[in-house]
Amino acid sequence: MEQLANIFHLGLKELRSLQRDPALLLLIIWAFTLGIVTAATSMPESLHNASIAVVDEDRSPLSARLIDAFQPPFFRPPQLIELDQMDHGMDSGQYTFTLNIPPDFQRDVLAGHSPAIQLNVDATQVSMAFTGAGYIQVIGAEEVSAFLRRYRAELPQQAQVAIRVAFNPNLTRSWFGSVMEVINQITMLSIILTGAALIREREHGTIEHLLVMPVTPPEIMLAKIWSMGLVVLLATALSLLLVVQGWLQVPIAGSLPLFLCGALLHLFATTSMGIFFGTIARSMPQLGLLIILVLIPLQILSGGTTPRESMPELVQQIMLVAPTTHFVDLAQAILYRGAGFATVWPQFLAIIAIGGLFFTGALLRFRKTLAQMS
Amino acid sequence: MSAPAAPVAQLHEVSLQYGKTCALNAVSLEIPARSMVGLIGPDGVGKSSLLALIAGARKIQSGQIEVLGGDMASRDHRRQVCPLIAYMPQGLGKNLYPTLSVIENLDFFARLFGQAESERKTRITELLRSTGLSEFGERPAGKLSGGMKQKLGLCCALIHDPDLLILDEPTTGVDPLSRNQFWELIERIRQQRPQMSVLVATAYMEEAERFDHLLAMDDGAVLATGSPAELLASTGCESLEQAFITLLPEAKRSAHKQLVVLARPSGNQEIAIETRGLTMRFGDFVAVDSVDFRIERGEIFGFLGSNGCGKTTTMKMLTGLLPASEGQALLFGQTVNANDMATRKRVGYMSQSFSLYAELSVRQNLVLHAQLFHVPATEIAARVTAMAERFSLGGIMEELPERLPLGIRQRLSLAVAVIHKPEILILDEPTSGVDPIARDLFWQLMLDLSRNDGVTIFISTHFMNEALRCDRISLMHAGKVLASDTPKALMSKRELPSLEATFIAYLQDAVGEQAQVPAPEATEATPGAAAKTLKRKRFSLLRLFSYTRRETLELRRDPIRGGMALLGTLLLLFIIGYGISLDVENLTYAVLDRDQTTTSQAYALNLAGSRYFIEQAPLHDYDELDRRMRSGEISLAVEIPPNFGRDLKRGAVPQVGMWLDGAMPMRAETIRGYVTGLHAGYLQEMARQDSAATASTLPTLEVRYRYNPDVESLNAMVPAVIPLLLMLIPAMLTALGVVREKELGSIINLYVTPVTRLEFLLGKQLPYIALGMLNFVLLVIAAVWVFDVPLKGGLLALMVGGLLYISCATAMGLLMSTFTRSQIAAVFGTAIVTLIPAIQFSGLIYPVASLEGFGALVGQIYPTSHFLIISRGVFSKALGFAELYSYFIALLVTIPVLLALCTSLLKKQEA
Repeated sequence: MEQLANIFHLGLKELRSLQRDPALLLLIIWAFTLGIVTAATSMPESLHNASIAVVDEDRSPLSARLIDAFQPPFFRPPQLIELDQMDHGMDSGQYTFTLNIPPDFQRDVLAGHSPAIQLNVDATQVSMAFTGAGYIQVIGAEEVSAFLRRYRAELPQQAQVAIRVAFNPNLTRSWFGSVMEVINQITMLSIILTGAALIREREHGTIEHLLVMPVTPPEIMLAKIWSMGLVVLLATALSLLLVVQGWLQVPIAGSLPLFLCGALLHLFATTSMGIFFGTIARSMPQLGLLIILVLIPLQILSGGTTPRESMPELVQQIMLVAPTTHFVDLAQAILYRGAGFATVWPQFLAIIAIGGLFFTGALLRFRKTLAQMS
Repeated sequence: MSAPAAPVAQLHEVSLQYGKTCALNAVSLEIPARSMVGLIGPDGVGKSSLLALIAGARKIQSGQIEVLGGDMASRDHRRQVCPLIAYMPQGLGKNLYPTLSVIENLDFFARLFGQAESERKTRITELLRSTGLSEFGERPAGKLSGGMKQKLGLCCALIHDPDLLILDEPTTGVDPLSRNQFWELIERIRQQRPQMSVLVATAYMEEAERFDHLLAMDDGAVLATGSPAELLASTGCESLEQAFITLLPEAKRSAHKQLVVLARPSGNQEIAIETRGLTMRFGDFVAVDSVDFRIERGEIFGFLGSNGCGKTTTMKMLTGLLPASEGQALLFGQTVNANDMATRKRVGYMSQSFSLYAELSVRQNLVLHAQLFHVPATEIAARVTAMAERFSLGGIMEELPERLPLGIRQRLSLAVAVIHKPEILILDEPTSGVDPIARDLFWQLMLDLSRNDGVTIFISTHFMNEALRCDRISLMHAGKVLASDTPKALMSKRELPSLEATFIAYLQDAVGEQAQVPAPEATEATPGAAAKTLKRKRFSLLRLFSYTRRETLELRRDPIRGGMALLGTLLLLFIIGYGISLDVENLTYAVLDRDQTTTSQAYALNLAGSRYFIEQAPLHDYDELDRRMRSGEISLAVEIPPNFGRDLKRGAVPQVGMWLDGAMPMRAETIRGYVTGLHAGYLQEMARQDSAATASTLPTLEVRYRYNPDVESLNAMVPAVIPLLLMLIPAMLTALGVVREKELGSIINLYVTPVTRLEFLLGKQLPYIALGMLNFVLLVIAAVWVFDVPLKGGLLALMVGGLLYISCATAMGLLMSTFTRSQIAAVFGTAIVTLIPAIQFSGLIYPVASLEGFGALVGQIYPTSHFLIISRGVFSKALGFAELYSYFIALLVTIPVLLALCTSLLKKQEA
């Protein structure tokens, strides 16, 4: 009972400290509102506003028809350029794609030859290179077929393919981006807040003061975990309701309470991580660096930025230790695919296990570092 | 310089408000030149504020202040006189750098004042010798005892021969012997430089007696001025301490009663604190050397000793904060055990430096501690009120401790230490920096506790009149107890009239001749003319490099940080370079084949042959499809309709259904592209089998992937990950540069030394640019030799781009650092302004041109976007300055913009 009281009072103290730091509060508010809106709305569709230039050496109705087919939102209006401008334009990154329509293209097509159009792709833009080339291929084929249809009635028989996209029919990027951004902020904020709160106590000598009082290390840790976890959880819930659902109009398929349960477990894991880092780092500068070094892979490799299954096996395995990997997984399942607990329980379990691991580690380190410190 | 008659400082109607509190109320006074002026008064009456204003460290709110013949409100004048003023702020070593050694700290300040090497050396040696710090020259300032920090602080203030020396409670926590040495040192300097004026705030009335001129202050106003003799005469008192009390307004005076020390009822008491051969070693250094004592319940046991003699260490062992190397410490007959909660509740401890929560109000601190000691909830309010009354904290209950003067903070610490009515009190210099009235009040309380409640008190102090009130005292030096007895017995043993003399005699016996500081020959280096002219420069590389040197030293003292930055980035380059593969592969799919003919199987086989897809167990019905897709097990489901083969042959155009998991739009887009292509391929294949003629009419598209023909993610990603890492890591390295000084107090050096804001910022930035470049070179080497990423363009362009870019990144960190007030906010803020823009808006994954909204705007101006193009251009496209010049210019422009923002956010004076 006394222990619970200690944990409660120490946690209140953390909340009061937070309240005294207006810059930090401002940053938290930014992170969970405009930060999310910005990230969600600026993510382009995979092929969006792609810059394309066309070297038209044919100047026939067919080539004009082809050029007209590149329309927004997929493409910016095509730039008509000369052959000698092509290299420079691609070198400087002005055009991601250049299409070279050879002379006598239309004539060759009508004559039943199979003329070649050259498509140059800036392959350093990996994300666009593939999809863009695919689109251009399809557009080219459709336009030429349509053109030919006017001259010839008969075309080979076909089977159609009906592609239906489940869960996000229009593949709106902001649906995905907004929620992944919320997850990024949850992870970032909870790790920084707890880790830094611990280092601050050490740097200001207040932890020494706590240790002459009837307060034990687990109580100090749990106090930080519940208080900072609460702050982040509240921010998350509000952000999902007001910003993601309200402002960005992202439909949430599954159960929000179930997701928040997952967030709660995730927070247990990340706040424990934060404290663990706080016991490893000896000063705030060290901690800051450690945190950023951990946050980068957490943000990039957890499956929230690029699909996990495409990563090398080794990286996939390593990232299984990160709670974010599982959290991203369960968030996608619950929020987009409307999955229930029956589907996501393995992720819940994994996060609990990881959280427990970091908590135990932090506890062991905590006792050790405190003994060295004073 | 100023004629002897002209005052060194003149104040006219100076007022200062902190929020609602009025710290100074229309103060007008003159401070005579060439003399030693003392500022005395209770805690929190505005002494420190006054000194900070005169030193130019704090911004003038109203009124006029003239110092050294000019208006302190004028920035030009401040710049002119800054090198002539030395200011030592209150607090134990607040303006020092804990990881730097004593000599390095001094050297840093000497450089700030533009001294040449030989001059620095002489001065440092001389100052260290005068203060008895010579032996500790190599010790980090953070490891010095409280008193030694004060001495070092003074040395730092004296390094540049000021005309006006301003000391805010300089001898707080300094032992009597050192205090003597300290004033002798100042006396000697004054003899050599008679033009120097000294302005001191002090709580020690014995010290005030030495001064030429005194200013007594109360409640933001000056009560009386005059020489000590004049003050004594006008009040008719015998000692300054009394005179001081007499000067106070009636209300405050009435609270004070002459302190009567009642004798302690004798004997037969149980032992409360006992140590047996208690020893503490730190490596080779023996901090406490087999100390024995027994303290009875209810006794007040005084602990006296020179600075750094092991008092604090002994106390920490008693509280269980430090485990003893040897020997035993017993409280109530039981060995001290760090995990024994029951004993902790019976002990109250107050540490030397303020260690309460600066971000909680006074009341919140009291309540929190009462709660943590499990004072019953119903009693807490009453207990807090009682404490507030007892320690006169009533008027400031809602204030934050960081805004309170030292003396009042000490009272708060004491109140916190006794709030749970402990049976043992361990107090480490509880009255340092506390004014005489408050000290008497505090002793009244201690005597109450001891005599009436039987509380055992173990206290260390540097005040001899307090030591006299103890039942017994121990004199300690260099880890050993020299003598232990009642104060009177000790005095009579040495046959000396005062305890101070007795103490000094004991100490001198112990240290031998060392303590006798030889009178220095007049070796003071005359400040070179070169140094003088340098001081007035608007921009000085020497000052800038002084900060650079210090920052570099701190970085070197912390090899973990530098190592983590270098190794961490290499590791991340590896993980991310491989991991962030943008070719979407290994997609899982399953087929719901409702036709089950060879044609439908051929169609399914067409998919299975693709390198992008991995087939899972076939589906049997829609429910299964839904379930498996929901769980994320498959991201594509293919439904082949019944009679697919038959319809196809008949030309009935059957429809194949494809369900994509749209949860991750990018992946879904790619899958859509793949399946469209595969389907088209299937049809073409069929058509070819049908008739060769029709198929060949369609034009072919020859796709050439330039710069990266195999579209290998690694070749594309490594040149992009390097800019990412070089933004995040250098920015985080500098992110704490300024805010850390703000939080820990050393920012005051920016306020009171001639260093300008730009010198300060650039000085801090340089070492991190160097570290960043080293990091950059390592990353490029790793990219070329470990990852085999071809470097097609010129190295020079890449390096110049890197240099500009790293300068931008470090400036970003500094910007967050000047913007925020706490280190936590700086870390978080830096993470926010670097992670997301660098990962999402700079072209790492999506080209900047295709972004939308605010992100597009950020992407266009963010330095990472520019350097990403430079890096990719040089690595993959063999480009150089000629093609990429506009991006170099963009980076070049960003640097001064960021630095100008930093400079404008940074204040050269405290607001």
